[in-house]
Amino acid sequence: MRIIKFGKTIGEWFDHRLQLAAPIREAAEHPVPRNTASWFYVFGSAALTVFLLQLVTGILLALIYVPSAGQAWSSLQALNHQVELGWFIRAMHGWGSNFMVALVLIHMVQVFLFGAHKFPRELTWVIGVFLLLMTLGMAFSGQVLRFDQDAYWGLGIGASIASRVPIAGPAIVKLMLGGPIIAGATLSRFFALHVFVIPGMLIAFVGLHVLMVLKLGINEWPMPGRVVKRSTYERDYHALTKSDGAPFVPYAVWKDLFFAGFIILAVAACALYFGPFGPTGQPDPTIIQTAPKPDYFFLWLYALLSLLPPSMETPFLLIVPPVAIMALILLPFLSGEGEKSWKRRPIAVLTVLLIAITLGTFTRMAQFAPWSPHMNAWSGDPVPDRFVHGTTALERQGALVFQVKQCRNCHSLGDSGGKRGPALDSVAVRLTNDQLIRQVIQGGGNMPAYGNNLSPAETTALVAFLESLHPPGQAPAQDASREVVLGDRDHKEAVAQR
Amino acid sequence: MSSKPVMAPSTDTTVSRRGFFMKLGILFNGFAAMVVAVPVVGFLFSSVTRGRASGYLSWVPLGRIDQFPEGETRLATFRNPYVMPTDGKTVDTACWVRRIAADKFQVFAINCAHLGCPVRWFQQSGLFMCPCHGGAYYRDGSRASGPPERGLFEYPYEVKDGVLTIQAGQLPTPGAAMASLCTEKPPCA
Repeated sequence: MRIIKFGKTIGEWFDHRLQLAAPIREAAEHPVPRNTASWFYVFGSAALTVFLLQLVTGILLALIYVPSAGQAWSSLQALNHQVELGWFIRAMHGWGSNFMVALVLIHMVQVFLFGAHKFPRELTWVIGVFLLLMTLGMAFSGQVLRFDQDAYWGLGIGASIASRVPIAGPAIVKLMLGGPIIAGATLSRFFALHVFVIPGMLIAFVGLHVLMVLKLGINEWPMPGRVVKRSTYERDYHALTKSDGAPFVPYAVWKDLFFAGFIILAVAACALYFGPFGPTGQPDPTIIQTAPKPDYFFLWLYALLSLLPPSMETPFLLIVPPVAIMALILLPFLSGEGEKSWKRRPIAVLTVLLIAITLGTFTRMAQFAPWSPHMNAWSGDPVPDRFVHGTTALERQGALVFQVKQCRNCHSLGDSGGKRGPALDSVAVRLTNDQLIRQVIQGGGNMPAYGNNLSPAETTALVAFLESLHPPGQAPAQDASREVVLGDRDHKEAVAQR
Repeated sequence: MSSKPVMAPSTDTTVSRRGFFMKLGILFNGFAAMVVAVPVVGFLFSSVTRGRASGYLSWVPLGRIDQFPEGETRLATFRNPYVMPTDGKTVDTACWVRRIAADKFQVFAINCAHLGCPVRWFQQSGLFMCPCHGGAYYRDGSRASGPPERGLFEYPYEVKDGVLTIQAGQLPTPGAAMASLCTEKPPCA
């Protein structure tokens, strides 16, 4: 009893000076509509939880990490292998990053589908858009701090994109890199961004974001037909919190607490099971045997940059991101009133689905990267037996040319080899002898021309091999007019033999 | 006229002593901020302004020309001329040297003209291939296929006393000044 009383006295002593107890109690017990105590409303607080977790693990990593281009990579190795539990903290930070991006996106979709961006919460949404951009900025700069080959060449990709800005491009590149090339100054400035600038802004904006949720109230569960009007909304909302409200603590908060705990454990479980991300090879630009890939949440961009027609790429990169960001910012001002429920907003639902499916498809494709040549297929993936079984000497010679001239890097046979060009398992069905020769020598359709790199004998052998590539029961393509025009009996016989 | 109250000397036309000093104080702080801003902005943009003034480019040696057999394309490395103590390995740069004739060379940047990934040379097919998005170039650096809109970047070179030197020092990017140094190649090798 005496201890409790003593504790109370100390508490009162502090509160007499700080005067924080009353506003904290008021914030905690502010009434919220009962129907907001839902499992759909837990993603924002979960994102905040992971952000706090990132702050803690980030500070822990900074105890060991050295932001110097010469030593960063070895300090990451030390964290992984030398420092007790360093691997686990790195893994927590890496997985925490993925979770945070995912939670911010899920939170955003939930807010949008529940119409929470509408009046009077427009500014909360706009700040949320900035928080999303900062989260993505943290994800990219964090990937740079994991200073390995992917980080090094990823910076090169960033610089190449930035350089395409008209007039200011070269200056932006030097500002971004902190010099003429990717080097020590580059890492240092990304360290400053990742550790000081963006987190500082994140803390300030998260504070504002949460403050506005407290001041404006949690968005009530959207009911189809209950339409938002600027003139009546706030009065109706207050009436609702009075008639059917409950104090946020403890009525709604317990679900946030449970979900936050679950997310922390999920991050820890992923960290424990999958371990830390990289680092991959040393950031030594003279090691060119590398195929850099961005982190998970930028894979869609990697796919997009491979699949866009070359002439559209620069306009796309310079126009679409600013337009998309502007659209997100303007959204609550363009649709600040009206229906909140997703059940009455089919276009909103379809938009979310379209964006999700598009990004998901690009991300999935980027995991396979069919547009990248398999650099070692020509020496590593032999022509499967069945394609050379029972072939003539000329065709075998052609198979050899096919292999040695690196055709395999872009063309697969029997599912092995590159996927950049079409699979050639049954190419003879699609192209006639003449068409094959033309395609090999002149290229076209995104294939380089090999005319300068094949002797006539090599071309003849290669085309003979390609002509043998057709399913057993299916005849190779042939030019029907050829026999009539040229009286090409030899050709006919040759076809008949197959 | 009579309905309006007689205006007392308005507060916004007279300046009180304190009000004047407050405004002066704000002005003074504005001046101080500007004085400090000059070196702050100068520092922040030094990587850009230095590039304009003296430039980052200089001539660096790649090695004796007999290292590069005629008709072949070989990988060479050089140390970037602009070095800071914390740069580590990052100042070592690779490039492809193609010796066409006795004193005729082409020195290509390692960076793909699409997004800067390191291109690899394939002797047998006479192509440079990029592992990232599948750009391909012919032996003379001109674009063969894929997303790049132009050929490989080339460094200006000189042969002096049997040593091949190139003018380098800056990451070649599609929009950078270096791109304008290189002339476009005919479309086919």
